[in-house]
Amino acid sequence: MAIWFSRSRKIAHFLKPKISPSEFLYKICPNYSNSSSFRTLSGENCRNPQAFSDYSTTILSFRRRWWRPESTRAGEQVETPYSDDDYEDENQVLDFPGGRVTFTPEMKFISETSDKRIPCYRVLGDDGYPISGSKFEQVDKETAVKMYESMVTLQIMDNIFYEAQRQGRISFYLTSLGEEAINIATAAALTLDDVILPQYREPGILLWRGFTLQEFANQCFGNNADYGKGRQMPIHYGSNKHNFFTISSPIATQLPQAAGVAYSLKMDKKEACVVAFTGDGGTSEGDFHAGLNFAAVLEAPVLFICRNNGWAISTPISEQFRSDGVVVKGQAYGIRSIRVDGNDALAVYSTIRAAREMVIREQKPVLVEALSYRVGHHSTSDDSTKYRPINEIEYWRTARNPLVRFQKWVHKNGWWTDDDESELRGSIRKQLLTAIQVAEKTEKPPLAEFFSDVYSHLPSNLHEQEKSLRETIKRHRQDYPTDVPL
Amino acid sequence: MLRIIKQRLAYNGLPAPTLEQGIRVIASRAYSTAKEMTVREALNSAIDEEMSADPKVFIMGEEVGEYQGAYKISKGLLDKYGPERVLDTPITEAGFAGIGVGAAYYGLRPVIEFMTFNFSMQAIDHIINSAAKSNYMSAGQISVPIVFRGPNGAAAGVGAQHSHCYAAWYSSCPGLKVLAPYSSEDARGLLKAAIRDPDPVVFLENELLYGESFPVSAEALDSSFCLPIGKAKIEREGKDVTITAFSKMVGYALQAAEILAKEGINAEVINLRSIRPLDRSTINASVRKTNRLVTIEEGFPQHGVGAEICASILEESFEYLDAPVERIAGADVPMPYAANLERMAVPQIEDIVRAAKRACYKSSLLAATA
Repeated sequence: MAIWFSRSRKIAHFLKPKISPSEFLYKICPNYSNSSSFRTLSGENCRNPQAFSDYSTTILSFRRRWWRPESTRAGEQVETPYSDDDYEDENQVLDFPGGRVTFTPEMKFISETSDKRIPCYRVLGDDGYPISGSKFEQVDKETAVKMYESMVTLQIMDNIFYEAQRQGRISFYLTSLGEEAINIATAAALTLDDVILPQYREPGILLWRGFTLQEFANQCFGNNADYGKGRQMPIHYGSNKHNFFTISSPIATQLPQAAGVAYSLKMDKKEACVVAFTGDGGTSEGDFHAGLNFAAVLEAPVLFICRNNGWAISTPISEQFRSDGVVVKGQAYGIRSIRVDGNDALAVYSTIRAAREMVIREQKPVLVEALSYRVGHHSTSDDSTKYRPINEIEYWRTARNPLVRFQKWVHKNGWWTDDDESELRGSIRKQLLTAIQVAEKTEKPPLAEFFSDVYSHLPSNLHEQEKSLRETIKRHRQDYPTDVPL
Repeated sequence: MLRIIKQRLAYNGLPAPTLEQGIRVIASRAYSTAKEMTVREALNSAIDEEMSADPKVFIMGEEVGEYQGAYKISKGLLDKYGPERVLDTPITEAGFAGIGVGAAYYGLRPVIEFMTFNFSMQAIDHIINSAAKSNYMSAGQISVPIVFRGPNGAAAGVGAQHSHCYAAWYSSCPGLKVLAPYSSEDARGLLKAAIRDPDPVVFLENELLYGESFPVSAEALDSSFCLPIGKAKIEREGKDVTITAFSKMVGYALQAAEILAKEGINAEVINLRSIRPLDRSTINASVRKTNRLVTIEEGFPQHGVGAEICASILEESFEYLDAPVERIAGADVPMPYAANLERMAVPQIEDIVRAAKRACYKSSLLAATA
């Protein structure tokens, strides 16, 4: 037993926060010393009243890690590591479970809205020039060109697969039109080691990581080359080698699961985090509350990214929540959060780079709200012109298009020409049409895959069912589909 | 002494591990003292040993740590393994079931405790849509070696929202394995098997059995002890009527069998142990021998475990039945609280005896409701 005890202590050691206890006390503002471009951001944080709450949540989590929970010490004076100078008058302070609070004789309700909404971080103007005074992480030519090319690829892929569904060649499709910057800029800011738990509007991450157009097509057609063996609806991609968890339809279930994955990832001690996505609608699910609350309590290294695109099928955000969007919910859970212009590729890139670094260094969750607009319909099962004005959709598709804005910037740097544009678009289109043709002609998964993977080993009852099915097919071949190989 | 024998025999070139198992079996036969153990101790020791053997195993749930477990099943584990492996959670079944599933996706082996399975309904999406289906839907890329455990079914005087039996609910879902132990040996062997299993397992315990003591063999006390999933146990051999039961009802069935024996009916009692996969071959073989069947469960009758067993017998052993199958289940009402009403809502030993007699055409009244 002694041997096992020491081993478990080692595990506990792996899971201890990377920062020593004393460092916790002095960490009011995280120090982004590697890039001077972040001075403005960190400075803002320090002056912001949020900083104090960051500090006190740090203290509370610190206490949880090194002492037993308050419940067992209810009567005792809990030792507080911060100085009493923080309180003007000792008599104005009360002890309660959860810590000290000042009290006031004045009854004051906190307003349900603040006068000013939380501003969103933006770097590029509509004209493609950086806004004066903006601070952002520089992107080199190679990365910028790859980002733009990927955004274009994603857009064309969405349009062509959508058409394929309309032609009846695939049963279902879901576009990410309008959210290309969120998809690609986020992917570019992460590393391959970061584990992705997607909602379903993030195929750009897979695209960036090397998933080919043929692999996308194979999944949509559910053929033999599909990594999912034809088990899932179209667009429910999943790939272990790209660290992208198979998409699961129920909304927001991936949020508490992300905290669990992060719990396991912590033990690997990699320079990596878990990235979990949701939309604005997903924040209404119970799992959103459970996932964020838990990640904060467990101090799980999860980067929560909310794509607030204004619509959850036909529900506009005015009917989804009454808070100032999603960013304000972060503080309610003790999670640092930021709001960013999701159609600004450079802003998204900088934000995710910074947030990722925070998550990994401090081993705690961060919430990013990326504002955007869902240009396409919810999916091929939806016609959004039924519940929103067409001119609104057109406005966002053209005037506020993330590709146009980023293209202007790349073009101004001399990294992209109109010829490159037409060549790329033509090439991608051709590749996609070929991919679809190939995917369509590829055989479907064989009969044996009908029964495998229900359990890790084929159980006897399924083995018998398969035998019985094969015999029945032999006797009544005409009653069974001819394109399923036996 | 074991070591000396091992060394001596090792000289003969015999492989050591199998040898050690062999020696243990011999040694266990030498000590035939029946040690008694409560189901609670059995579960605690099983979790303890599996956590000791594999650092990836951890337990999570409400009150499992500081409080030593709502029913003291996880007693002592927090002190032994620390808060990283014994996690007290906020009150969010959806939350911690989701976290458990995520941790299992990424290689850990969580044991998630629901205070009762009634509360598992708040997490049932994670259990069914994520845990059960992920391996299939991801084509084997995501496996979920998770165990969901906790008390299931009726307790005593806790009302409808604390007494529901979920055996039929979870057993209808492919991708899950569902186990229901009865004795301490069942509890130990099945829980160890569940934790070691690469598939998601729903482990249905019974609150009223936690305090019951059963004899355990020395073999069962060994840390490598494990029972096979999918095999029922014939607790009592007989030839006149087959009685199937699981969890607490096994005890009732055995007592009913004693009463029946005095009246000349020799009942065979099968402890299902595994609801999914159901050991259809053992049940059918028994019915082919006795030609009569009584199924017992505490849960609601419609779409219950007994219904599935009836269907299995009809499909495979129809010609062997000499009487209609008798299906004993809980009353088709939400569990009432008042003690007298509760007693009427759950099968009692007398119900089992009368059903067995009906199946053997030995009841004095031919009314269906005896």
